[in-house]
Amino acid sequence: MTAPGPDHAIEVRGLDSRFGSQVVHQGLDLEVRRGEILGVVGGSGSGKSVLMRSIVGLRRPDAGQVKVFGQDLAALSGPERRAVERRFGVLFQDGALFSSLTVGENVQVPLRELHPELDPLQLELLSDLKVVLAGLPEAAGDKFPSQLSGGMRKRAALARALALDPDILFLDEPTAGLDPIGAAAFDALLRTLRDALGLTVFLITHDLDTLYAICDRVAVIAERRVLVNAPLAEVERFDHPWVRDYFHGPRGRAARSAARPG
Amino acid sequence: MLSGMADFRIDEGDPAVLRPSGDWTLERFARLQPRLDGARAASRIGGIDLSGTGRMDSAGALLIARLLHRNGLGMDAVAGASEAQRALLAATLATLDQPVAHPRPPHWSDLFAHAGAATLELVAQGRRLLAFIGEVLTVLPGVLVRPRRWRPVSVAHHIEQTGLDAMPIVALLSFMVGAVITFLGAVVLRDFGAAVFAVELVAFSFLREFGVLLAAILLAGRTASAFTAQIGAMKAREEIDAIRTLGMDPIEILVLPRLLALLLVVPLLTFVAMAAGILGGLVICATSLEISPAMFLARFQDTFELRHFLVGIAKAPVFAVVIGLIGCLEGFKVEGSAESVGQRTTSSVVQSIFLVILLDAVFALVFQELGL
Ligand SMILES: Nc1ncnc2c1ncn2[C@@H]1O[C@H](COP(=O)(O)OP(=O)(O)OP(=O)(O)O)[C@@H](O)[C@H]1O
Ligand SMILES: [Mg+2]
Repeated sequence: MTAPGPDHAIEVRGLDSRFGSQVVHQGLDLEVRRGEILGVVGGSGSGKSVLMRSIVGLRRPDAGQVKVFGQDLAALSGPERRAVERRFGVLFQDGALFSSLTVGENVQVPLRELHPELDPLQLELLSDLKVVLAGLPEAAGDKFPSQLSGGMRKRAALARALALDPDILFLDEPTAGLDPIGAAAFDALLRTLRDALGLTVFLITHDLDTLYAICDRVAVIAERRVLVNAPLAEVERFDHPWVRDYFHGPRGRAARSAARPG
Repeated sequence: MLSGMADFRIDEGDPAVLRPSGDWTLERFARLQPRLDGARAASRIGGIDLSGTGRMDSAGALLIARLLHRNGLGMDAVAGASEAQRALLAATLATLDQPVAHPRPPHWSDLFAHAGAATLELVAQGRRLLAFIGEVLTVLPGVLVRPRRWRPVSVAHHIEQTGLDAMPIVALLSFMVGAVITFLGAVVLRDFGAAVFAVELVAFSFLREFGVLLAAILLAGRTASAFTAQIGAMKAREEIDAIRTLGMDPIEILVLPRLLALLLVVPLLTFVAMAAGILGGLVICATSLEISPAMFLARFQDTFELRHFLVGIAKAPVFAVVIGLIGCLEGFKVEGSAESVGQRTTSSVVQSIFLVILLDAVFALVFQELGL
């Protein structure tokens, strides 16, 4: 199912990000392989969300290069760029749902825009699928974002991100604010989607259980760069104070023993 | 890998077998859905053979899953699917067990319900405004007796935004209106040989009516909308709730400083508008009516009566309260969505301009009856 091309879906080289005098990234390198779920971890304010915004092209890098599917978004013309962007599904940290549309309509926005041939019944069929697939209870599709709980809003945002069956899914803390059962279901859903649709997933998370449950590799962001980007077992052994505290603190131990019983 | 146009074949038999071919993706969904759902044999399908199918995304999977669902079949009726396709189909099929309820589509008779609701809303609107005035009045004394809670920084900020920044536009507009009134008045009065009465015309009208009205209408457009948008955006992002849970009173923090600022600013702007309008009259008199500035001022001084000025400036605080309260109240009425902020902003401008003009008419009648 993989399309031809390089086997890296995302390639970041020497990325610098600055806000005034504040340096968030300096010489950051990262690659995400096709079809993998990459977990991105790092302390609050370490620049995970900024990295995601740089990759999806919402922020111009101050230096360095970002390639998605082998193409440099910044160098593409408008239509070419939109063609690449259509292969993205993005879930922002605070949802970013359109507040004046219902959840179902939110999902239908990209469908309507790119597939004008779909009639209202078909739009409804497709949006219902995505809404239920994202784990929302029935009838949530007709509610407005302000009428949903925080966790439901996350799921609604996921439903919209999935609307066009993207090739890459960018998720900024999708399980924050979900109950543990819901978070586990979310993990399972993500894995099903990855297996079924061949998705590449860029997953920012603070949730250790999610890391252990579904991530193929983990990238740790600290000191303005990617410290290590490797399978979890390797990252755990990486010798750095922050990494040690993260994985070997009380929560890390609990998550690990839950993931590998016995 | 097979690709190309998506199609299907139904092998009649007992049971019938569906054989999809080509790519079953979102691009083909619009064409496939009516054909597949409308096929005569679609309700007698007993098995689905995916061995001839190319790419399949969730839209394609939805079509096949719906067919399975309709015929009461499970995943075991699917043959020839890859591992990934099976996973996708299973996940899609599972969603169909959950019925999704949709509200009844709109009907023409809803029109009556809308009209009724709008009427009730109008009444409720008036009551809410009165309730809000009451709420503000109960908070006000508590704050007034404690100077430490006056929030001078906030008040000063709003004075700058609503007053000083609006000064140029108020002055310019009044100047132009003053010039136009003088000119039109002079054209009419000249026929009676009384062009010099244009001085009284502009002075009288600006002191009593136009000064305060122009200032108030401009502020209603400029400031009431700003208040609604500011408070509305905070409401939509639950910042108002945060203020409440932090043990603070949103009325005291958000409404009173704005109201106080307007109470100071509207009289000031009214004065500026009066002066600018009369200045506009003076300039027109000097340039096209052969009434020199000295003559204009002499005539103005002769005919000036303080009561005209007082009638005008006395209305200013009332309009200030109307603009401030409606701007803030509409902000509090915002509900969660960006669209709602827009609706409430529109409504606040319309309501405040309407009330300003209505009250002005009432004042004119009352002052006339009082002989002022
Ligand atoms: N638009 C902006 N202007 C100025 N500084 C910004 C902006 N966006 C982000 N920053 C700064 O960049 C740094 C990284 O922010 P970022 O949102 O990427 O953190 P994060 O790793 O996603 O944290 P969290 O886990 O809390 O979401 C922060 O110090 C933040 O203050
Ligand atoms: Mg973040």
